Amino acid sequence: MKSILYLVLLLTPLWAAAELGAPLQQPNIEVTDTASVRRGLELYVDRCLGCHSLKHLRYRRLQRDLRLSDEEIKALFPHLERIVGTMTTAMDPEDAARWFGVAAPDLSERIRALGADWLYTYLRSFYKDETRPFGVNNWLFPDVAMPHVLWDLQGEQEAVTAQLGDTVVIQKLELVERGKLSPQEYDKALTDLVNFLAYAAEPAQLERRRIGPYVLLFLFLLALVTYRLKKAYWKDVH
Amino acid sequence: MSECKHCETRGARLIAWIDERFPLLKVWNEHLAKYYAPKNFNFWYFFGSFALLVLVNQIVTGIWLTMNYKPDARLAFDSVEAIMRDFNWGWLIRYMHSTGASMFFIVIYLHMFRGMMYGSYKKPRELVWLLGMSLYVALMAEAFMGYLLPWGQMSYWGANVIVSLFSAIPVIGEDLATWIRGDFLISDVTLNRFFSFHVIAVPLVIVFLVFLHIVALHKVGSNNPDGIEIKEKKDENGVPLDGIPFHPYYTVKDLFGATVFLAVCAWIVFYAPEFGGYFLEKPNFIPADPLKTPEHIAPVWYFTPYYSILRAIPSKFGGMLAMFLAIFILFFLPWLDRCPVKSIRYRGNIYRIALALFVVSFLALGYLGTIPPTPTAAFFGVLFTFIYFGFFVLMPIYTRLEVTRPVPERLTMPKPLLEREGWFWDLVRQAISCFHKAPWFTKVTAQWQKIRTFMENNKYLRHFL
Repeated sequence: MKSILYLVLLLTPLWAAAELGAPLQQPNIEVTDTASVRRGLELYVDRCLGCHSLKHLRYRRLQRDLRLSDEEIKALFPHLERIVGTMTTAMDPEDAARWFGVAAPDLSERIRALGADWLYTYLRSFYKDETRPFGVNNWLFPDVAMPHVLWDLQGEQEAVTAQLGDTVVIQKLELVERGKLSPQEYDKALTDLVNFLAYAAEPAQLERRRIGPYVLLFLFLLALVTYRLKKAYWKDVH
Repeated sequence: MSECKHCETRGARLIAWIDERFPLLKVWNEHLAKYYAPKNFNFWYFFGSFALLVLVNQIVTGIWLTMNYKPDARLAFDSVEAIMRDFNWGWLIRYMHSTGASMFFIVIYLHMFRGMMYGSYKKPRELVWLLGMSLYVALMAEAFMGYLLPWGQMSYWGANVIVSLFSAIPVIGEDLATWIRGDFLISDVTLNRFFSFHVIAVPLVIVFLVFLHIVALHKVGSNNPDGIEIKEKKDENGVPLDGIPFHPYYTVKDLFGATVFLAVCAWIVFYAPEFGGYFLEKPNFIPADPLKTPEHIAPVWYFTPYYSILRAIPSKFGGMLAMFLAIFILFFLPWLDRCPVKSIRYRGNIYRIALALFVVSFLALGYLGTIPPTPTAAFFGVLFTFIYFGFFVLMPIYTRLEVTRPVPERLTMPKPLLEREGWFWDLVRQAISCFHKAPWFTKVTAQWQKIRTFMENNKYLRHFL
């Protein structure tokens, strides 16, 4: 038993080697916080939906889960004549490929694969790089085709680099020009956005987390009963 | 039941009516009410019935998933998303199915480990073991083909890697792989045939093998933690002295076990359905893209030990042979083990150490299969592959050298925790005493004491204490 423990301790650090690239930050998200998810939705519709669809998310589902009225939905999506269908985008994937080099991925699929931490870090990792077509590069996702769509909110960041042998590595990003939001406000807005996308990636989590406690409580009570039943039947077995 | 005219109740008359036409009572008695099981089954004996429970879960949730799933390369991924989002309770059914798949393997691995600990594969239970091993292989085929159906990136590339293994076979390899896929790459054709196998062909095989597994088991009787035959000591009525009827004793015991097991499964389904990327892998939430290979392709956790063995061998064909050999060598266990004593309780230290090494190597290979191949990982992969095969290849030698302990005449009932001997139980007791000192533990026990007094004072709840 002890030798196994030692073996595990001995082996762990070998594979836990640090990777180069931006360290992942963890946003403090809570999908049951409807107000935050709503703010995230507003920001998403404003800044992201132009390119990134959420093709698996239905407007009706969104309306029900976020408790939005018909008027609120109409205000967010003025092009909707009736509240039907899913959140698609107007941008043609072929156009996107021509303009950006790659079609914008659908985020109702992609976010679940990437995770909330990744997205949050990604949206904080844009920095000035004049060699790129949009003048920005990303520390977490180098040479990404996407422009920094929140640049006016965050402001401009510059990379602080260091020479490591022949390669230049980024050590950290520094805010050189403030945007419309303070860094704290920007992080909060990002948290809302990530929160909305975490919801959009799996709307069922609202339901399962609501029902979960009752199921577990029922099974716990049933276990008490079946335990007594077992004891009662087994009292003469020695 | 010829005396049916004296039967008093309608129910009994109905049973008598059926019994004249079908051996209902005979089957009931032979397999439940008068099937005598050893009375000292411990924790490890829950997993057989859990496996049956998971099988039923998989079939029932599978039927409902099939109602809304579309086996079409262009629709499959979206139809799974639709099940998760648009259909009432679709997410629950899908999570029950995906969690069930992983739980099936956990349960089966523990069930097999139990067999290896207590020598359940030894004479006269060789056929039980062989049928069980066939079930395991069928289960792996079922899981492998089911994993393609969501048509995510890992589904696609995992299937691609495994099927392309067959192309390493000399001469016929390429044609064989094409024959399996039905195409030159994993495509809609492959998806359709895997769907067909997953929902009908393999489940039929599994259900039939389960039937044979249980029939064979009930012919020879269950083994037990002491590894002695209870049929050798019978009373005047021919009932084993250390046996108790499966029903009601083990039905109520398994009912309790199943409730706890379901609680664990429910916790996963409701709070951690992805289980940290092990039950549902993250890249599988991206639709399959034949033009984009993921950086790191790894099978689901239950296949990773064999995947590590595959990677440990430098040649592709050799790796494939080693992988299949690692599975099929388990079939020969009853004949590789030369020790007459069944249970690990009375076997020599050599076997105990060998089994411990085998378990460590299996877990380590499983872990190594989930991480990208680095030189260190590759080294340990080779090391543990040697231990894995060494356990079986050297078995005829070291099991003959074993110095066994005396086997008791009659079954021993499990001792209370505090009276058990050995360093392992000392460690367990130490761990428990650590808990007792923790402040949160006293808080919880104080709460429990309150609930207890409340229950004692209540005339209905009193009966549950």
